[in-house]
Formats: sequence, structure tokens, C-alpha cells
Amino acid sequence: MHPVLTLVAQRLALGILLLFAASALIFVGTQILPGDVAQSILGQSATPESLANLRKELGLNEPALSRYFSWLGNALQGDLGTALTNGRDIAESLGSRLGNTMFLAGTAAVISVPLAIFLGLLAVRYKDRWPDKLISAVTLTSISIPEFLIGYVLMYFISVKLGWFSSVAMINDGMSFFEKLNAIALPVMVLVMVVLAHMMRMTRAAILNVMQSAYIETAELKGLSGFQVIAKHAFPNAISPIVNVVMLNLAYLVVGVVVVEVVFVYPGMGQYLVDHVSKRDVPVVQACGLIFAAVYIGLNMLADIISILANPRLRHPK
Amino acid sequence: MKIIPISALIGLFFTFLYFFVAIFAPWIAPYGMAEIVGDVWEPSSSAYWLGTDSIGRDLLTRMIYGGRTTIFIATAATILSFTTGATLGFLAAVSGGWIDQVLSRFVDLIMAIPSLIFALVVLSVMPVTIPVLILVMGLLDATRVFRLSRAVAVDINVMDYVEAAKLRGEGLRWIIFREILPNALSPLVAEMGLRFIFMVLFVSTLSFLGLGVQPPQADWGGIVKENKEGIVYGISAALAPAFAIATLAISVNLVADWVLNRTTSLKGGRG
Repeated sequence: MHPVLTLVAQRLALGILLLFAASALIFVGTQILPGDVAQSILGQSATPESLANLRKELGLNEPALSRYFSWLGNALQGDLGTALTNGRDIAESLGSRLGNTMFLAGTAAVISVPLAIFLGLLAVRYKDRWPDKLISAVTLTSISIPEFLIGYVLMYFISVKLGWFSSVAMINDGMSFFEKLNAIALPVMVLVMVVLAHMMRMTRAAILNVMQSAYIETAELKGLSGFQVIAKHAFPNAISPIVNVVMLNLAYLVVGVVVVEVVFVYPGMGQYLVDHVSKRDVPVVQACGLIFAAVYIGLNMLADIISILANPRLRHPK
Repeated sequence: MKIIPISALIGLFFTFLYFFVAIFAPWIAPYGMAEIVGDVWEPSSSAYWLGTDSIGRDLLTRMIYGGRTTIFIATAATILSFTTGATLGFLAAVSGGWIDQVLSRFVDLIMAIPSLIFALVVLSVMPVTIPVLILVMGLLDATRVFRLSRAVAVDINVMDYVEAAKLRGEGLRWIIFREILPNALSPLVAEMGLRFIFMVLFVSTLSFLGLGVQPPQADWGGIVKENKEGIVYGISAALAPAFAIATLAISVNLVADWVLNRTTSLKGGRG
């Protein structure tokens, strides 16, 4: 087999292994804690009968290991169980919400990735001059404010004071694509601001790192034009760090989406998760946690694989 | 001792100011923490500098007490994450072998799940109290400190003086606390600033989601949650914490930058 294929297969196997371990960790996190899950769901005032019923419903009378495997087995077949609070099938309620969340995160990614790379290049081109310093100051500020506060700041100034976009992002299936885009304008803006800052700073560092190496100087000295230096010599070596940065931030987007959905009352997975955490609906929390972890691990794995493909040095490990 | 640069001075000043206000909150705040003093969402006036909140409490008072809670939780969680993370990281680097493998792979595993998601999963079954919050946040964040301190300690561990200490028969505890810790301190201190800010953001986010500090206790995330309905009517009460968090975060960052630069130029390299 080709050595690259072997490496990629190794990463894939590692990712799947990690996913199983993560599912175990999520399960352990909700089950083997001090005290009884049924007790903490129902509170101190629960009657012994209702406790016994809930224990039976959650299968708490069986050993934890067999519960874990039956939960995992069902989850692999797409059966995520039923919600405790309303008895609805979790997979069914999650389906459309997952789509909504992906739509929101995807739109943010489509806008922020090219913009971050462009701004990163701009900051490198004008290093230590005012565009670089301005970009650094703005990104430092937006890193220092939590996502939900950026959300409310934008909501206050853009939606309430200027009246441009709606302050809640309700979407439904009846809306056309552009109506949907208009509805999610503000949450997308927040997400773009949050990941843009990280992505831009890391892109800038990655390109600066490459531009300082000796072979770039050689290329400049032998009389290549600025464009040729960047396109033929600097860019190939900057691809792998940049792809890494992009993937890490897409993974970060997965988490950022949870909070932003709550701010803008957006019918996505994040809001579903947060709602059910406060209702102590353990099966829903486990299911959402598993999906978020899977997306996060998947993106990280993809970043690994792409950087192996883009960087010849990683193809031949010593 | 070189002169402290102006940016670090500003950072130090504001950081100390925030901690001072947090510690002496009951003497500084003009009203009681949960005391209802006026109408709902009054504009700012000489009696209420920042106006009043969603049920008529003085917003400035809430902000001061909120800062106290937020800063206390963030500080405690940072200390917890540094003591566990750094001790285990040094231990892994010094002992190597299977201890290192087990600890490192376990940390990889925890870091494979986003910490906010994992915190939500754990908090769905735990009672949400301040000690539990500190424990969950501190231990989740210890993974990042572990990685940094292990990386730093691996470099120090191969130095001659560590070798000498090992050869003269010093125990593991001596190696970690007398040989490695003093030399690893500067990158750790700079990182501590960043972790502290991360904790402030983390606890504010959890409180905002209703899973952190519980009312009537004030905290910066909770203030946003209590006043968010006002935004739509053009009442900016919910934005006050944004300003507080941003200034605190930027000043701590400035101090951390300075610490890092100073120690780097001192030794000609990080650590």
C-alpha cells in the first residue's frame, strides 16, 4: 500500500477509536457521579415510587457497562432513545435542528475562512504598519469578549438602534433560501467575528513563519517577483498550517454555535442541548454531547489528514 | 530592573483595580446586593450611576458584586487547574514511561471533547453550586496546563543540573519542586493570565446559559441573562458586563504579555 494511504488509514482508525473513547467519557460523565442520577433529576422531594420508576425507565438497575453498550449500540443504529421530559423520539427532534445548526455554522464558515486568509495576508504584507496594528487591536478585543456578549452588543446597535436585521433568528421550512439568510444575518455576524479573530491571528503567524525562512530570501535574491515568491515558494509550505488553523476554528465554531443559538433563539441543536441540560434530561444531553463531540473529532481528524497530504515532510515519519 | 512599559502599567493598574473592587465589594457598593431600590430599568442618574436592572436593583451594585463572584470563581478555578495540571505535567515529564503515556492519552481524550459541551454534560446531573462549578471548570482546564507544563518540563528534564540531582539520589518530589518548577515558572505565569481570562469567559457563559451562578447571587453572565429582554426596547443594561469583561481581559493580557517578554529577554529563550 502507498505510504500516504497507510498514514491516512492510521489517522482514520485513530479518530474512530477516539470517538468511541469520547462516547464512553460522555456516558461516564452522566452516570458514575457521586449520588444517584434519578435522585438528582427528580430532586430531594421525590417519592420512593417515582424514583424507582425513573430508575427502571433509565435502566439504572442494570450494570453500567451493559447500559453503556446498549446505549452505544442503539446510537450507532440511529436510535438515540426518547426524551424524559416529553417522551418524544430524540433522533426525530434532532434531525431538523442539526440541519439548522449546520446551515448557521456553514454560512459563518463560508464567509469567515476566505476573509480570515485575506486579512491574514494583508497583515503580513503591511507588517508593523497601521493596517497590521489595527487588525491586531480589533481581533484582540473580540477575543476578550464572550460570544454571547458580542451577540447582544450587535443586537443592541444593529438591530435595535439601526433597525437593520431582526433581533431573533427564527427560521422555518416555508422560508426561501434568501429569507433564511436574512434571518440569520446577525448570528452569522457574531460567529464570523469570533472565529475570524482566532483564524486571522493564526494565519498571520503561520505565513510570517514561512516568509522568514532562508529559502524565501534566496527566491527573492535570485530576482523572482513578489507574487511568484508567495505563490510558488511560500504558499505550498503555508497550506498545512493554514488548513490546520481553518479546521481548528471550524471545530471551535461547533461550540460557539451553542451559545449564539441561545442568544438569538435559533431553533438549532445548541439551544436544544442547553434547554435539556437545565431540565436534567440525561438521554437528550448524552445524544447532543455525542453528536457535538463527533463533529469536533471529525474536523480535527480531517485537519490531520489534509496536513499530511499537503506536507511531504509528514509523509515520511522518522 | 527595566522600566515597566506603559501598556503593562495600564494593565497592572486595571487588574489591581478589579481585584480591589472585588475584595472590598461590600464597602464600595452603594446599595445592598439584592436590595430593590428603584423602578424597573431606570436610566442612569446621580443616585444610580448605571441605572437599575430588570427588577429595580442598582446596576452598579450588581456589577460590583457580580465581579466579586466572577473573579472569585475564575481565580479559584485557575489555581485548581494550575496545581493539578502542572503537578501532573511535571510528573509525566520526569517519570516518563507508562505514567507519561497514560496521563497524556487521557488528556488527549478529554481535549477531544469541547470543554463547554463536556461541562454541560456533567452539569446536567450535578447540582449547580459554586464548588461544583470551580471543580468542573478547573479540572477541565487542567488538561491545557498539563500539556504546556509537560512540554516545558521535558526540555528542563534533560538539563545537567537535573541529571546531577538525580545522580545524587534526590527523590521525585525534590526534582519536581526544587529543580523543574523554578525553571518552568515564567511560561507558566504568562499562561496563567490567559487561563484566568478563559475562566472568566467560561463562567460568564455558563451563568448566561443558566447553568452557572444561581440568582439572587450576582455575576457578570447572570446580569446579562437577567437584563436581556431589555435589549429589544433599547435598554443597554445587559451590555455593562461586556465592557467589564473586555477591560479586565485586555488588562490581564497586557500584563501576561509583559511577563512573557521580560522573562524571554532575560534568558534568551522561552523558559
